[in-house]
Amino acid sequence: MKNLEDLEKKINSELTTKINKTEIKHNQIYLETGKDHLVDICLFLKTNNQTKFRQLIDITVVDYPERNQRFDVVYLFLSHEFNQRLILKYSISENEVIPSLTSIFPSSNWMEREVFDMYGVSFKDHPDLRRILTDYGFEGHPLRKDFPLTGHTEVRYSEDEKKVINEPVKLEQNFRNFDYESPWEGTKYIKDEIESNDKKN
Amino acid sequence: MTKKIKNLNLNFGPQHPAAHGVLRLILELDGEVVEKADPHIGLLHRGTEKLIENKTYMQAVPYFDRLDYVAPMNQEHAFALAVEKILKIDVPIRAQYIRVIFCEIGRILSHILNVTTQAMDVGALTPTLWGFEEREKLMGFYERVSGSRLHANYFRAGGVHQDLPQGLEEDLAEFCESFPKIINDLESLLTDNRIFKQRNVDIGVVTKQDALNYSFSGVMIRGSGVPWDLRKSQPYDCYENLDFKIPVGKNGDCYDRYLCRIEEMKESISIIKQCLSKMEKGPIKSLDGKISPPPKKEIKQSMEALIHHFKLFTEGYRVPKDEIYTAVEAPKGEFGVYLISDGSSKPYKCKIRAPGFSHLQSMDYLIKGHMLADVPAVLGSLDIVFGEVDR
Repeated sequence: MKNLEDLEKKINSELTTKINKTEIKHNQIYLETGKDHLVDICLFLKTNNQTKFRQLIDITVVDYPERNQRFDVVYLFLSHEFNQRLILKYSISENEVIPSLTSIFPSSNWMEREVFDMYGVSFKDHPDLRRILTDYGFEGHPLRKDFPLTGHTEVRYSEDEKKVINEPVKLEQNFRNFDYESPWEGTKYIKDEIESNDKKN
Repeated sequence: MTKKIKNLNLNFGPQHPAAHGVLRLILELDGEVVEKADPHIGLLHRGTEKLIENKTYMQAVPYFDRLDYVAPMNQEHAFALAVEKILKIDVPIRAQYIRVIFCEIGRILSHILNVTTQAMDVGALTPTLWGFEEREKLMGFYERVSGSRLHANYFRAGGVHQDLPQGLEEDLAEFCESFPKIINDLESLLTDNRIFKQRNVDIGVVTKQDALNYSFSGVMIRGSGVPWDLRKSQPYDCYENLDFKIPVGKNGDCYDRYLCRIEEMKESISIIKQCLSKMEKGPIKSLDGKISPPPKKEIKQSMEALIHHFKLFTEGYRVPKDEIYTAVEAPKGEFGVYLISDGSSKPYKCKIRAPGFSHLQSMDYLIKGHMLADVPAVLGSLDIVFGEVDR
């Protein structure tokens, strides 16, 4: 498919029941789906002659702690043939296990390990789901919004025990998060004027 | 009587000069043949993505320097482009040329480091000494424009921080004249060198199909014969107006990747020359006072400039709610930023897609069946920098 509108139509007609929403934005196509159809959709996107999204660029998760379905799982695809990018997204709740893509895209192995490490999302049928970026024996999932920026433990060499030890974080000064965001948006009549000027131009 | 032979497990790194940083590679050896490689990464993990979520958009830029620290500005570029696209602001043409010049300098910096250290890994010392002299000059250019040799913090959403200082353009032009000779010198040492070829030809071969499957990008995919370069296929800034070629390999082995890098350096020099000749005087950052800080001189005289300055350096600018993925062709491959903004002055989420992460992942596939001595050669040609792999 040469242009994004055709691609959107094609995807909508082929995967009608499996896709919840499509959108074109910033020259990329955004799809929303449910986790049950993930493998089917990815197989379709990879193998179909008119999509050919043969490269998985990245997998990540976005955390919205206030939502019922806490995590958005995001997949970024690239098609070299048609020079297009696609972003696939679905929501899951905290303890849900999602299907692994390792059988379709070998490169998803480490990406899923990273998601597991950073957000604690588990993958079904993953060949080797270990932590990847954090230290051996690390606890918690650092990129979750409820994980503090300073962490829970700090590491130092103990002269008494002659080894490296983990201790709870002790800060000389508390981490200060200054809230500079001013609620003041400007007087309304000025805003209206600016907007009407924008429209005229 | 049969003798039982056990495979040997060998720890390669994290303190090994050929591991190019803090890589712990656990190799399972059958005699001298590698059966399995299991890279353990994360020894340089600093939680960059978490930190960026807690900083304003302007404060996030320096973190990008610390990812792939041999080509800092290329990373900043990806972030700047992402923010610009969400804010829908245009970058002045002079700023675009300046950014491209410094991205290409970054590419040369990175390729010199890679080519020469790859040579050192397989036993040649001289290229490193010659190459690093040139890196020194290039970092001098970095320093003159941004104040620091490595962690530049120079690109901004909407342009660059400052205009080029006086005389830099002439010196860049002079460098463009002298550098091709150094590339030729390096080539005369390596390209036809018997030992270098023995160590690199047909080592770590990547087929086209596997290059796609393993999410390779940059030289790793071009070395395997896929003509794919984001500067051409999804041009950003002023790359559209520039004329350059994309070198492509044939066999996908370490040697082809080395040749690609050498050719890319030559192309980069030609890009810098074109930029220098096309560049005209003009603004170097967006003139919107709500996004780029005012010049120092104005702050002393204009109340509005003073307010803008204060607001920008405390609250920062706000970015409307949106979601975007932008990628640039960094020296190592596709470097991308997946940014989610929520309307405040801090990013809600900033996922960094580092090319080295995917490349290192394929270590097991690349090295299986090779000899132990090929590990540094393959690792060298992957062009791994741990700042970006571990983030």
